[in-house]
Amino acid sequence: MINLKTYSKEKISVVTTPLTPMIEVNNLRKAFGVQEVLKNISLKLYNGENLVVLGKSGSGKSVLIKCIVRLLYSNGGTINILGNDVGSLNMKQLDALRMKIGFLFQSSALYDSMTVKQNLEFPLRRIKRELNEKEIDEKIHEVLENVGLADSINKMPSQLSGGMRKRISLARTIIVDPLIMLYDEPTTGLDPVTSDEISALINEVQKKYKTSSIIITHDIECARATANRIIMLKDGEVYLEGKIEDFNNSTDPLIKSFFK
Amino acid sequence: MKKLNPVPRIKNFATGQSIRLSEKTMEEKEIVSTFLLGVGDVTLFIKHIFKETFSRRFEFKEFLRQCYEIGNKSLPLIAVTGAIMGIVFTIQSRPSLAKFGAESMLPGMVAVSIIREIGPIITALICAGKIGSGMGAELGSMKVTEQIDAMEVSATNPMKYLVVTRVIAATLMLPILVLFSDAFGIFGSWLGINMKGNVNFVLFFFQAFGTVNFMDFFPAIIKTFFFGAVIGIVGCYKGYTAGRGTESVGIAANSAVVISSLMVIIVDMIAVQITDMLL
Repeated sequence: MINLKTYSKEKISVVTTPLTPMIEVNNLRKAFGVQEVLKNISLKLYNGENLVVLGKSGSGKSVLIKCIVRLLYSNGGTINILGNDVGSLNMKQLDALRMKIGFLFQSSALYDSMTVKQNLEFPLRRIKRELNEKEIDEKIHEVLENVGLADSINKMPSQLSGGMRKRISLARTIIVDPLIMLYDEPTTGLDPVTSDEISALINEVQKKYKTSSIIITHDIECARATANRIIMLKDGEVYLEGKIEDFNNSTDPLIKSFFK
Repeated sequence: MKKLNPVPRIKNFATGQSIRLSEKTMEEKEIVSTFLLGVGDVTLFIKHIFKETFSRRFEFKEFLRQCYEIGNKSLPLIAVTGAIMGIVFTIQSRPSLAKFGAESMLPGMVAVSIIREIGPIITALICAGKIGSGMGAELGSMKVTEQIDAMEVSATNPMKYLVVTRVIAATLMLPILVLFSDAFGIFGSWLGINMKGNVNFVLFFFQAFGTVNFMDFFPAIIKTFFFGAVIGIVGCYKGYTAGRGTESVGIAANSAVVISSLMVIIVDMIAVQITDMLL
């Protein structure tokens, strides 16, 4: 288990191998009132992989990743991130753990009252307090270059297109060097060209920042472009797990309807 | 065989008998339990605000921004309203006082009325509309667009960053706005008197403030801190607990104005009773 107190100050490195589960979810259950959204979900995210979670709208995909970062409390089961049981952490420990997780929201979730620069500064000033002004500026320019929007630094979120907002939101998550990335519907509402660009960006982030990612989507093109492994959810349960070829070759009507 | 839903029943503790509940009783029970849950929710919210206010790492920059937003940006509205309030009050009161030949008491009467009651309550109601709705709508839209969630996963406490700063800023800025409103109200009164006469400002000033004593001023300012806190808490609570749809933003803004206005009047009534008992 990682000592979160030390970990938050980033004085120790995390020793991981390709077979180390970065996230391990066991028998996760989540219900809203009488409606059970997740029923005994179990999955593992290994170091350095892109795990795509596919499923129809309302199948509990977004609820799953919100439970992983404890934005929602689960009703049962366990979630282990980097060896820490998320359910048993206190708020300080949880914050320390969240510093190592990047979350790209479906709605981009850029702070409306702040410029692009201030949006990027916001997590950086709180998570990497040791950086001075020059280093903060350098980091902001670096991530903006990486997402190809260096000239948008002083714009307000309302002046950006949907694709640009997604890119800035991605820049805001990678600026703190997360070990794990959680993407909630990264290509929803975008045109096919921009969707392809975002998918390419997800792969670039994986290579450049050595992240392990869970990508929630119902966009098959995005899944094809990014997945190392795929889990399909149906009615709150894991329906099928495998490589992209397993899904391409499946004769199951539901899988075929997705991968036609 | 299909199992029917059981008829709702409660146990009479005195007799031990089981009593069947009618649909109307069930509805009333639902309303009461919703109300009590709401009260409990607000109490926990206030407890959370207090806890976060005194915990480490105060968001000072955001607090200053909120002071600017709440204080400075409300000032023109408060100034205009205060001046008009003074003019209208003076014009309306003048004929009644003239009947008794007490026109010379007009500056003192207007000053006392504005400082003790009209200034604080009018300013608080305007702020309930402007600040309360602003907080409800802003936090509500942040909730809908997942900005509050984004803040939370960035290891930032949204309660501390968004709510505590706004509540404290509203609590501290409202008394200052009331002072401005009082000043503009009294100035407006001078303008109102001069519409039908010619009174020197220095004479007006001495007559007005010769009547006002410390105990007219002090309780009136103290209660405005509570007005500010109520407006901040209600506005933030409504925005922070807004639902997920865009419709919720409108509902949050609207209910923030309605409830904070009502709460301001209730707090005012309590404050007046307490002041009356103490003086």
